[in-house]
Amino acid sequence: MKAAVQKKKDNRTTKELKKPELLLPAGNLEKLKIAVHYGADAVYIGGQEYGLRSNAANFSIEQMKEGVTFAQKYSAKVYVTTNIFAHNENMDGLAEYLESIEAAGVAGIIAADPLIIETAKKAAPSLEIHLSTQQSLTNWLAVKFWKEQGLERVVLAREVSLEEMLEIKKHVDIEIETFIHGAMCISYSGRCVLSNHMTARDSNRGGCCQSCRWNYDLLESDGKEVKPLHSINDEPFTMSPKDLNLIQSIPKLMDAGIDSLKVEGRMKSIHYVATVASVYRKVIDEYYTNPEHFQIKREWLEELGKCANRDTAPAFFENVPTYKEQLWGESKKNAPYEFAGMVLYYDKKTKMVTLQQRNYFKPGDEVEFFGPNSNSFKQTVPILFDDKGNKMDAARHPLQVVCFQLDQPVKPWDMMRKNKE
Amino acid sequence: MTDKPELLVTPHQANDIPDLISAGADAFLVGEEAFGLRLAGNFDREEMEKAVELAHKTGANVYAAVNAIFHNNQLKNLKEYIRFLNRIGVDAIVYGDPAVLLIAKETAPSIPLHWNTETTATNWQTVNYWGKQGAERAVLARELNMDAITEIKENATVDIEIQVHGMACMFQSKRKLVGNYMEYQGRNLQIERRDKERSLHLYDSERDVKYPVFEDRNGTHIMSPRDMCIIDELDELLDVGVDAFKIEGILKDKAYLTEVTALYKQAIDLYYQDQSLYNNKREIMLDKAKSLQPRTRDIDTGFFFKETVY
Repeated sequence: MKAAVQKKKDNRTTKELKKPELLLPAGNLEKLKIAVHYGADAVYIGGQEYGLRSNAANFSIEQMKEGVTFAQKYSAKVYVTTNIFAHNENMDGLAEYLESIEAAGVAGIIAADPLIIETAKKAAPSLEIHLSTQQSLTNWLAVKFWKEQGLERVVLAREVSLEEMLEIKKHVDIEIETFIHGAMCISYSGRCVLSNHMTARDSNRGGCCQSCRWNYDLLESDGKEVKPLHSINDEPFTMSPKDLNLIQSIPKLMDAGIDSLKVEGRMKSIHYVATVASVYRKVIDEYYTNPEHFQIKREWLEELGKCANRDTAPAFFENVPTYKEQLWGESKKNAPYEFAGMVLYYDKKTKMVTLQQRNYFKPGDEVEFFGPNSNSFKQTVPILFDDKGNKMDAARHPLQVVCFQLDQPVKPWDMMRKNKE
Repeated sequence: MTDKPELLVTPHQANDIPDLISAGADAFLVGEEAFGLRLAGNFDREEMEKAVELAHKTGANVYAAVNAIFHNNQLKNLKEYIRFLNRIGVDAIVYGDPAVLLIAKETAPSIPLHWNTETTATNWQTVNYWGKQGAERAVLARELNMDAITEIKENATVDIEIQVHGMACMFQSKRKLVGNYMEYQGRNLQIERRDKERSLHLYDSERDVKYPVFEDRNGTHIMSPRDMCIIDELDELLDVGVDAFKIEGILKDKAYLTEVTALYKQAIDLYYQDQSLYNNKREIMLDKAKSLQPRTRDIDTGFFFKETVY
């Protein structure tokens, strides 16, 4: 009896909390491994074709297989983005490509174009099909349409608020994936062809040149006279959104039963992938384990800040964003920390760490170590050795193997970062 | 030879319709801003009824633009609006959001549907997919070239519409981007208009062009810096039998729209009379089209002869 009253008081305990999938981007095989190792439940990758990041390294079918095998050890899934809006010329080879993705053990594709969706249903029927945000899904009826088309999951438009997500969930029983972190379009996705018109690069086939983030002058013209709507001291007009960051809202998203929480950034570094994956992993796990006493820790926010290269905001989560959720003038910044080395080995007896160099560092630099499950700690780099035991004045060469004495133990794949400021 | 293509124009008000029909228009795309995107004029319900009445008198068609991107809270009104469109007898509903498709099939199953998302109709299988879902016509993306359009038309199971003249939309955001900039500058938004009548532009200094920009209840819209015009390059499209040619009237006046409509009507008629007549008059018609342009806006051939990379 007492327990029942208790339950009524606190809404959260009456509802079964479900652990959402934490979905990370992986621009190449190394990033895939890091994302999974640092806590992602699933990763999405691009193949050589049909994805929207034509500048990313992307995966061959062989690399996909290796990625899937690796991910399976962690029970993690691999999805492949095939989210272009295809042109006639892209049709040839599509079915074979989807078949080879399926054969590689990939769990599903993220697609926007019905051509790709329909081809996948026929050619690779075991692949799950998730509707890409490129379709700019903003209402539950449209979601219902895609469910009736046989899709397992939809990624909502970035313009959908929490309240709207809840209503969509109420009306349609389908998996919902939503973005929680990273850069995003300022337009409705799929409805911007600025790149096509300005640079003849097709934004909906991966050629986006991000011209929304360029500077423009806002003018008023009555056909005769052209008047600028800014003075010399004003920053120019631009349309650069702050990056999305919903760390504070993870509990609300979990309460809402959102199935997959997605991080943007197939072009981002492994340092970014590792940091973001490990922080959100901790947030999700901690809220899941102890929802009543959950609080966002300051150290999580600080961690995220170490790899942030833009200011962040919650975008459309609560309201339509204002000028405060955009970047103006020189407010663009670079991540304060850089990835300096990857741990290969730690000898507990000698307390020597063996690292692979990823960026310049030297004795006397303050560095910070972090791993998937541990809290980060700082130390000054002492005497530095190469792999043959020769003293070095600095670690200058990428991928060079170096050693130094480290007081606290670390594990292979832990990372060392350095404050750039 | 195929049938002549339908000449579809976007008028500013119902009263413009009779003159546009005289100039050669066969069909009109009109709508209300709450449901349709980037309309030449905002047609409230009375205006919609009047448009249907005026067009039907001479056998012209009226298509209702219901191509907005809808959020949950608009669905109820949307259903009611589609009932209204059914009652007044519009000849088609133009949609992009599948929500419209589902509501229309249930509420107004006899109204034909035209699929138009503006940017995503880029291959013939996708066009046919929407045909299978119930659309009778697909409006192709403007970022396609002649070869791509021809290939789609040859393989399409639905009618194909393309824009042949006027401004193109390049971008839509739900954010109030002009207002946000003004607010960031400390301007008073109460007195700053950002609608399309104010004639705001974004100046791109690298390309030395101006993009029209405006805000409405659907968000911020950025338009192409030049008007596409292919009055002298219609033969391939006529040969392959593209079903409808659209002339976009947004941010233009009635006189302009009427003259351009007459020009395309003349071109189509000449071609069907005798292709050599069209060939002989191409240059003259192109010069005429140029002479109609506002001083500050050039014409170009859009993507008809362009290759895009990615």
